[in-house]
Amino acid sequence: MSAAEEVVAEGHQAVEAVPKRAMTLGTGTSLVVLAALLIVPVFVKNFIIFQMTMLLIYGLAVLALNILTGGSGQFSLGQSAFYAVGAYTSAVLMEHANINYALTIPISAVVCFGFGYLFGKPALRLSGVYLALATFALATAMPQLLKLNFLEHWTGGVQGLVVTKPDAPFGLPMSQDMWLYYFTLLVTIAIYIFSVNLLRSRSGRAFMAIRDNEIAASSMGVNVALYKTLAFGVSAAITGIAGSLGAIAVQFVAPDSYTITLAISLFLGMVVGGVGWLPGSFVGAAFIIFVPNMAESISKGLSGAVFGVLLFLVIYLVPHGARQIAILGHQLAGKLRKN
Amino acid sequence: MPAVTGKLAAASLALALIAASASTASAQKKYDTGATDTEIKIGNIMPYSGPASAYGIIGRTEAAYFKKINDEGGINGRKINFVSYDDAYSPPKTVEQARKLVESDEVLFIFNSLGTPPNSAIQKYMNSKKVPQLFVATGATKWNDPQNFPWTMGWQPNYQSETQIYAKYILKTMPNAKIGVLYQNDDYGKDYLKGLKDGLGAKGASMIVLEESYETSEPTIDNHIVKLKATGADVFINITTPKFAAQAIKKISEIGWKPTHFLNNVSASVGSVIKPAGFENSQDIISAAYLKDVSDPQWKDDAGMKGFLDFMTKYFPEGDKLDGGTIVGYGVAQTLVEVLKNCGDNLTRENVMKQAASLKDFRTEVLLPGIKINTGANDFAPISSLQLMKFKGDKWDLFGDVISADAGG
Repeated sequence: MSAAEEVVAEGHQAVEAVPKRAMTLGTGTSLVVLAALLIVPVFVKNFIIFQMTMLLIYGLAVLALNILTGGSGQFSLGQSAFYAVGAYTSAVLMEHANINYALTIPISAVVCFGFGYLFGKPALRLSGVYLALATFALATAMPQLLKLNFLEHWTGGVQGLVVTKPDAPFGLPMSQDMWLYYFTLLVTIAIYIFSVNLLRSRSGRAFMAIRDNEIAASSMGVNVALYKTLAFGVSAAITGIAGSLGAIAVQFVAPDSYTITLAISLFLGMVVGGVGWLPGSFVGAAFIIFVPNMAESISKGLSGAVFGVLLFLVIYLVPHGARQIAILGHQLAGKLRKN
Repeated sequence: MPAVTGKLAAASLALALIAASASTASAQKKYDTGATDTEIKIGNIMPYSGPASAYGIIGRTEAAYFKKINDEGGINGRKINFVSYDDAYSPPKTVEQARKLVESDEVLFIFNSLGTPPNSAIQKYMNSKKVPQLFVATGATKWNDPQNFPWTMGWQPNYQSETQIYAKYILKTMPNAKIGVLYQNDDYGKDYLKGLKDGLGAKGASMIVLEESYETSEPTIDNHIVKLKATGADVFINITTPKFAAQAIKKISEIGWKPTHFLNNVSASVGSVIKPAGFENSQDIISAAYLKDVSDPQWKDDAGMKGFLDFMTKYFPEGDKLDGGTIVGYGVAQTLVEVLKNCGDNLTRENVMKQAASLKDFRTEVLLPGIKINTGANDFAPISSLQLMKFKGDKWDLFGDVISADAGG
């Protein structure tokens, strides 16, 4: 093994081994969060509902990355590409083929699964930082691919595509925003339950075995190649669903929406939320949506610098992200109960 | 002739003022969300961060100009509250910020939001909410579409009008020209190219011998220039952004190609393009303009330019006067102030659009002499004329009449 390879192998340890029980929230907490998510929209303005919808959507995208990195230990800076494919699949199907928005979502999932799985094949030969670079290339290439002339008829080229926002079905007395929120919430809950179960299943154990030690995993009979590509496929599919929902909520897709910045934001969301802790994905999503706004309100000219300082504080004070805060909170609650 | 039109303009302006004051005197005070007896709340979205952050200076100039207006007592006694957010040139963020401005900050309208993709992203939303998306900061042609989007209006001359003007000029003076085009491969470049082709018409299309495109990621465009020269073209249409424009001018001179060179307005700045490319290489280049160029010595004693420079010194000393963005921000903010003055005490969204669509021969003094802002119920392109100019010595010499070309979206 060359020196470089050793560094890469060590790189795997960057993803900490998270026991599978610690990947989720307790039942009680989950129910409280769910109840809040169900009730809050009734009392707030449409704009807040829109922000909550975006939070769920980015949360899903971060969750997808969390399965890939926290679950199977593979890095990706290319999630924006999968997000774009999902968004464009929905937008093109809705606007050119008049397919119902709800039906475009499973189609996006299948398309992105295929895309992710195929990308996972050549990526098998890479790991650690090299894999991160390969996915980075994917993310930088995607906006330009979407601008290609021969695709322009469908994608709208640089001008993008405007997507029609769906009305609430069955004549429900809801605004479009509220309906879309509950629709997104439903999809999010389904995917969250699926993800939790996936990580607790045989496949999930295989992912984690690969993450912790690839050689040991393969000697125990885990088909490393299959599970690594599978993790890419699943992650891409969930990111694609998030992309589809994002396109419907924002009502617009354009190449400039899906640049490398988005991929880095998602990566950042995952780290801030806690790598490998699924509920943290949504905390991370909140961070990438709201903290730039906060930074801007502190200083317009230096918003980037303020954001950097805030990020630095988070990494320095709570390096394990939201998970660390949750654990601290749990311990504190335990102490209080004893007293 | 110019004197007569000047008098006519003055007379019609006076009439318009009388009409406006007469109607406001009798009108009741009427407000929509965002306007009160003391305040007009205006939203704005700019890329203060991200890939297009150089344009953020436009928003900062506007904020400074509204501060000047407020210091001088506001508009009809109302202060302007200018709320400007950053979208980093990312369309989903633009949607979020636009919704925040409309639904949470409750602004009267959104003014001069920047960029074609960001504005495309919010156009449908703004129109379904019936909130004006006024004087957007992009030259795309599609903003002039009052039938489908009655709440969206542009400001600057659109890209297609400009190349149409070049096409008219070429057809008139060089009917047998062989045209080589270099354009940036994005919406801006393609819009310009379309204007050129439309302007040349069916017959003229055969005059174009080569359409060469480049990507912004290319370090140099020298090879494209060499390729264009090889076609034997005697007219070169240069649709490039400042850095590439300067490269092109230099390279053309280096390889001894002597076409009639048309340079798009985007890169017509003396300070940031011509000077770096070298005055000796830039002689006889033709371009078109609608604004006065700060770095051009011929406006040194011009009253309008002095007004702008005084404003910059007093209210925005940290801003770069030579940056084209500051003069654009100043001009568009002045246009908005005119619209709001004309609104009088009727500050409804409908009336804001109505007044914006009723500008008659309005001039901000940073526009070239002879260029006027005119809008109407079916004309949502405020500035639709440009004047041709040729580079002589160290400055642009305006020549010919002001030419207008309205291209619809």
